[in-house]
Amino acid sequence: MPADMSHLPVSTRRTFLSLVGALGIGGALAACGGDTGGLDSGGGSGGGKPTLKQWYHLYGESGTEQAVQRYAQGYERATVEVQWTPGDYESKLSSGLLSDSGPDVFEYQLNVDMVRSGQIVPLDDIVGPVRGDYTDTDVTATSLDGSIYGVKIVDDTGFLYYRKSLLAAAGVQPPTTMDELIDASRALNRDGVKGLFIGNDAGVTPAFGGGALLDLVLWSAGTANLTADNRIGFTTPEAKDSFRKLRELAESGSILLGAPTDFWDPSAFTQELAAMQWCGLWAMPKIKEAFGDDFGIVPWPALSATVGKPVTFLGGWTSFVSAKARDVDLAKDFVKWLWIDNAEAQEDFNLSYGFHIPPRKSLAASAQKLQEGVAAEALRIFNESAVAPNPMWTPKMKSAFADAATAIVRGGGDIDAELAKAQQAVEAELARLAA
Amino acid sequence: MGATPAFWLFMGPFLAGLVVFVYLPIAWSFVLSFNRAQNTVQPREFVGLQNYLDLLGPGPFLDSLWTFTVFAAIIVPLTFVLSLLLAVLLNQIAVARAFFRSAFFLPTACSYVVASLIWKLSIFNGVRFGLANQVLSLFGVENIAWLSSVSPPWYWLVLATVRLWLQLGFYIILFLAGLQRISPELYEAAYVDGAKAGWQTFRHITLPQLRTTSVAVLLLNLIAAYQAFDEFYNLLGNSSLARPPLVYLYYTAQSNQDYGHGSAGAMILAALIVLVTLAQNRIYGFGRPET
Repeated sequence: MPADMSHLPVSTRRTFLSLVGALGIGGALAACGGDTGGLDSGGGSGGGKPTLKQWYHLYGESGTEQAVQRYAQGYERATVEVQWTPGDYESKLSSGLLSDSGPDVFEYQLNVDMVRSGQIVPLDDIVGPVRGDYTDTDVTATSLDGSIYGVKIVDDTGFLYYRKSLLAAAGVQPPTTMDELIDASRALNRDGVKGLFIGNDAGVTPAFGGGALLDLVLWSAGTANLTADNRIGFTTPEAKDSFRKLRELAESGSILLGAPTDFWDPSAFTQELAAMQWCGLWAMPKIKEAFGDDFGIVPWPALSATVGKPVTFLGGWTSFVSAKARDVDLAKDFVKWLWIDNAEAQEDFNLSYGFHIPPRKSLAASAQKLQEGVAAEALRIFNESAVAPNPMWTPKMKSAFADAATAIVRGGGDIDAELAKAQQAVEAELARLAA
Repeated sequence: MGATPAFWLFMGPFLAGLVVFVYLPIAWSFVLSFNRAQNTVQPREFVGLQNYLDLLGPGPFLDSLWTFTVFAAIIVPLTFVLSLLLAVLLNQIAVARAFFRSAFFLPTACSYVVASLIWKLSIFNGVRFGLANQVLSLFGVENIAWLSSVSPPWYWLVLATVRLWLQLGFYIILFLAGLQRISPELYEAAYVDGAKAGWQTFRHITLPQLRTTSVAVLLLNLIAAYQAFDEFYNLLGNSSLARPPLVYLYYTAQSNQDYGHGSAGAMILAALIVLVTLAQNRIYGFGRPET
C-alpha cells in the first residue's frame, strides 16, 4: 500500500477500491432519492411548513429573479422554492409536467392539450370573484371549455416602433395600412439604414421567438387562424391577400434580415440598423433611453383602409397549478395570494424591472408609469387592439401554418397550395381534439 | 463465467445505467410508437401503425429526410476529401507537425452549440459588423443575410462550414493513423519499378491501402449527418427551410408533446441508419482483408 494511503481505514487495495465503488453507488442512489417531489412533509429547511415548487422562465430584466424570491418568502403557509430557468424553459416544463417531480405552480401559456390531458386544474374558484377586473382578451386567453385555467401575471403586447425624425425626413406618416407600410419601408430604406425590421425570418418562421407576424397577418385582415367556433380561418380571400402583401414587403428589399438578435430585442432599432421595428412593450425603456422622445408607436397596420383593422397581440405569462401538485388547494391558495390579492407585488413585477402591463385592469389604470406619454398610448393600443391567442391552436397547428407561411413569404410558394397543406394538417388536429 | 464480485461492483453501475437510460427508453419508445401519447409518456390508445403511416406520408417528416439528403450530399464528400487531403499534407510536412495536428484537432473539443453561436453571431452575422460581411465589403459586396437569405440559400454555407470546422480534425486523425500504417517499402518498391511520386503512387498505393479507413470515415460521416441536430437547431431553429429529422422529432416530442409520433419517427430513423450502414458495409466491404 502506498504510504500516503496508510491513514485510510482499509487494509488492501482491493478493499479500498471496493469501498470507493460502494461509495459511488451510495452517492448515486442518494442523488436519485434526493428529490422529494412537490411537497415536503415537514422539517428540514421547510421549518415544519410544506414546500411548494414554483417555476419561472428567465426574464431578461435584472432584479426580476430577486423580486420573485422576495415575494415567495412572504407567503406564510408554505416554503416556496423558486426555480428560475435559463434556456429552454418549454422543454424543461414539458418534461417536468410528465413526472412527479415537476412544479406545483408554474408560468406558461394555456393550450388545449394541457387541459385535455389533465396537466392543470381549473382556477374558476379563485379567479371568478375578480373576473371583471381582467380584460376580455385576458379571460379568453386563459379559458377553455367554459373554465378559467390560469391567472395572468404579466400582460405584454407589441408595437410598430418608428423614429419620428427619420419618418419626417422621408416625408412619411406612421403607417395604418399594409400598402402604407410597404411604401414607408421603401422610403425609409436609405443611407445604410433599412426601412423595417420584423425579425430575421420576415416574421413567419418560429425559431427562438420568431414568427412574430403569424397571427397578426390574419388578425389585421379581419380573420384568425381558428374562428370563434374553431373552424379554419386562414384560407379566406382576405387572409390570402394579407399573405400577398407580406410577401411584397419581404421582397421589397427594404426589410432588415440577418440581425444578431430577433424582433423581440430592440437592438436592431436602437443601433439604427432599421428605421422601424416590430417589437414588444418590454423594449420601450431601452428605446426611450436610446432615442428620448424621438420615437412613436402604432399597432400593426390593417390589411387596407376598408378590410381589417390595426391590431396587436396579447402576450405575457400566466400562472397555472399543476394537477400533480401534492396539495392542489395549497398551490391555488399561493397563486391567489401572489397574483390576485397581492396588488403591490403585481405592479412591482410588471413595472419595476422591465415594462409590462399589470393584468388587473384596476392596477393598470392606476399605475403611475402608464399614465402619460408613449406609455399611456401603449396602454390605449393594448386595450383597443390586442387580440387573444386561441388556446385551441396547438403547437402542431402552428408548426404546419408556419411552414406554409415560410414557404409563401420567404420561398415564394403558391399561396393556395401551401395553405391547403396547412389546412389538411390543422383539420387532422381538430379531428383529434374533437375525438 | 469467471466474473468476480469486484467485476460486478464496478461494471454493475454502468450496466444498470445502460439498461435504465438506454435500453429501457428505446423499448419504451418502441411501445409508444404504436400508441397515441399526447402530453403523456403513458400509452393512451393503441393505434397500430398509424403513427408510422402519418410520418411516411407527404409532410414535414419526409421533407426532413430530404433536408438530410441535401446535407449529407454536401458534408460527406467535402469532409472526406478535405480530411484526406489535410492528412496527407500533415503526414508529409517535417516542420511543426505536432502543432498543426493539434491545431486541426482542437475544434473537435468545442461544443456544437458554442461553435454555432459564434458562426451565427460573429462570423456570419448578416449586418455590417459580421466578419464575413466585413471581408466582403472590402471588395464592394453588399451585406449578405447569411441565415435569412433563401435565394440563394446561403444558410447551407453556414451549416456546412461550422460542421467542417468541428469535425474535420477527428477524420484527419483517422486518416493519419491509416497513412502511418502503410509500409514505406511499398512506396520504395513502386519507385524502383518506375512509379512517379505524387498522384500515381497516391492513386495506386495510398488510396487502396486506406480502404478500411475510408469506409469507416464515410460510414461515421453519414451517421453523423443523420444525427445532425445542434447546428441546425441553433442556427435555424424550427425552420422548414432546412429541418433535419432529429430537429423535426425534437419539436414533435418536446414542443408538441406528441410522444407517439416522436417515438415512431425515432424508430424510423434508427431503422434507416441500420439499413444504410448495412448497405454501405455490403458495398464497400468494411472489414474485408486489405488487398
